Amino acid sequence: MRWLNQAVAITVITLRTIPQRLGTSLVVVIGIAGVVGVLVSVLAMSEGFRHTLASTGRYDRVILLRAGSDSEMSSGLGRDQTTLIAPLPGVARDADGSPLASAELLVMVDLPRQGQTDPNNVPFRGVQPAAFAIRDELRIVAGRRFARGVREVIVGEKASQEFARLTVGSTIGFRDSAWTVVGIFETGGDVHESEIWADAEVTMSAFRRVGYQSVTARLADGSDTGFTAFKDSLSRDPRFSLSVLREPEYYARQAKVLSDLINVLGYTVAAFMAIGAIFGALNCMYSAVASRQVEIATLRALGFDGTPVVLAVMIEALLLALVGGAVGGALAYLYCDGTSLSTLNFNTFSQVAFDFRVTPGLLLQGLWWSLSIGAVGGLLPAIQAARLPVTVALRTL
Amino acid sequence: MRYLPLLWAGLFRKKTRTILTLLSVGVAFLLFGLLHAVTVAFESGADSADAKRLLTTARYSIIELLPIAYLRRIEQVPGVIGVAYAEWFGAKYQNESNAFPVFAVDPRRYLDMYPEFTIPHEQREALVKTRTGAVAGTRLIQRYGWKLGQKVPISSEIHPKADGSMGWEFDLVGTLDADDPTVRGNTDIVLINAAYFDEARQANKGRTGWYIERIADPAQAKAISAAIDALFMNSPDETKTQPEKEFAIGFAKQIGDIGALVLRILVAVFFTILILTGNTMAQSIRERIPELAILKTIGFSDSRVTVLVLAEAVVLLLLGSGLGMLAATSLLPAMNSATGGRFPPLFVHGSTWLIALGMAVTLALAIGLPPALRAWRLKIVEALAGH
Repeated sequence: MRWLNQAVAITVITLRTIPQRLGTSLVVVIGIAGVVGVLVSVLAMSEGFRHTLASTGRYDRVILLRAGSDSEMSSGLGRDQTTLIAPLPGVARDADGSPLASAELLVMVDLPRQGQTDPNNVPFRGVQPAAFAIRDELRIVAGRRFARGVREVIVGEKASQEFARLTVGSTIGFRDSAWTVVGIFETGGDVHESEIWADAEVTMSAFRRVGYQSVTARLADGSDTGFTAFKDSLSRDPRFSLSVLREPEYYARQAKVLSDLINVLGYTVAAFMAIGAIFGALNCMYSAVASRQVEIATLRALGFDGTPVVLAVMIEALLLALVGGAVGGALAYLYCDGTSLSTLNFNTFSQVAFDFRVTPGLLLQGLWWSLSIGAVGGLLPAIQAARLPVTVALRTL
Repeated sequence: MRYLPLLWAGLFRKKTRTILTLLSVGVAFLLFGLLHAVTVAFESGADSADAKRLLTTARYSIIELLPIAYLRRIEQVPGVIGVAYAEWFGAKYQNESNAFPVFAVDPRRYLDMYPEFTIPHEQREALVKTRTGAVAGTRLIQRYGWKLGQKVPISSEIHPKADGSMGWEFDLVGTLDADDPTVRGNTDIVLINAAYFDEARQANKGRTGWYIERIADPAQAKAISAAIDALFMNSPDETKTQPEKEFAIGFAKQIGDIGALVLRILVAVFFTILILTGNTMAQSIRERIPELAILKTIGFSDSRVTVLVLAEAVVLLLLGSGLGMLAATSLLPAMNSATGGRFPPLFVHGSTWLIALGMAVTLALAIGLPPALRAWRLKIVEALAGH
């Protein structure tokens, strides 16, 4: 109990004297804020990208690709195949009894970013009418849907923000065709918002394609048994040679390469910065201890133990670190959260737009990092403070 | 020079503090060295581009194919002295998508087009003669432990064979390398025979991915590009021709502004270092005010004391940045081999050293000036009276 009282007493004194050492204390705070700010911002980028792809698709929907293909870009399905897939018993039907399956083709079109001239691979998806019933999360936020059989497109909200000329009423030219933008849609922030959609038949003739690349369908029975049964029936059917994937599984796979890369970058940079910040924190805590040498020695002479002294210094370091971590996290949140970015997804070779996402998990991770830096930076000075012989310390008076 | 011992004594007056400061400066510059190497690697596509090479792709999307018959017509464009072509195979190796790029090429034309790639003459001829032959970059061969003469099974994600299967197999007959280390990353590819590939595949016969032209005079690049594109205007397969460098820059822009991202990180890093080191410097000078006053007493002029303080900051930063850059230089080769050649090789370039030097001096001035001014204004009597 005496020990605890001592610890509390010293800690209170320590914290009270922080304003006198504001400069050095601020340095610890800023150093750690820098580390946490960078860590959280970079990871927020990877998190945003992963979230955009991971939130695409629903569990009861499947995407069918040519066997062996990992992405729509490398897949190809003939019309003969796609017309056979829709009537299969595993595919759900709408109120009128038409199958909820949409054969789609994905082409890349070149569009400049807003205010730039260099072309970017923007995905252009040709969809069959069932696509809207299948993806019922899609909402038109401006204008209307495209009409069948004409060169009209609707544009995802993200693509519309990121790339030039994608507003309702404008005309965009690809190849020998001119298309009118008639609507803007949102799908809850998923990857389709980076796309341009048009009627599949019109897309096929305009881009001189002869087949589709994928079929997206809603399953009549979305459970594991339903999915397995559907998959098995397809693999047993000699007419087909297909890969069947649940949508979330398909899109999560596409996020992997890029989000891994960003994570490696984020952790590497943060680790090095953390090492630098530890040196900084050590420096500051050493000088904090040095400036209070006499005070600490006096306490020891009065009968205080060494351990409470160690504790007090550690608590100071941890508190400063915590403040630094909070400041860094807050800066990352204010500066990055919600910022849009568009980049080339290596898996699909097409542009994906996404928002930075500073999640509570990331902020918590930032705080953990700051506490670790504070602990390492505080421990050695704390031990030094406790070990200093009282007579030596007081002689400096 | 004769002040160096004095400077040194001042710096290492408190060893722990100076060493810790040196280390944190070192870490900042280590990070700078690594990140700058990434930026350089990213921009090297444009730097290593040959001004005498043009690239012709399908006009509306680089993933569309062009007829192989364009070859003869492009060859006849005045100013064009060589033409090669290549097509993306879409390799999947050991279940890894896009494990490495595989290009279906006419071996002689392609290797002539890229003289920076080195390959023994007999291996080059072996690729020409072996229909199912393939040559691979030396780093790929190391990564996968391939042996010359073995069969390499590679699937394609795009091109089925005539029997509908996606599995292909090639005989490894040669190794591709480059003398220039900055180009070596470009040899992380596998080249296969377009003649065999085109015959054996199921669809898209008679087409290829893109053309590469060698021109005699880089100044004519725009005119020749326009002449090539004019040939195929209004055909079903219009083309877009541009210098290799423009293509590389455009491609890098697709990924987004990596430079800006790296810059933001570095600003955060160096701002943090500025605060940390600046505080240490200020503190160190504060403690030595009586000493500085004594220096002035024994005849050091105001400016000499000021320069002494400033020099301390410069030495500290130069030492720290040198340490950091050396660490980056020695760390990168290890990192290159640790990533197994999955990324382009990273190097610390001469330009990186120069920028580091400039930043070290700038930071030193920013950090050293406030305490130096303080030393300048120091009044002997007041400074000594305080103690």
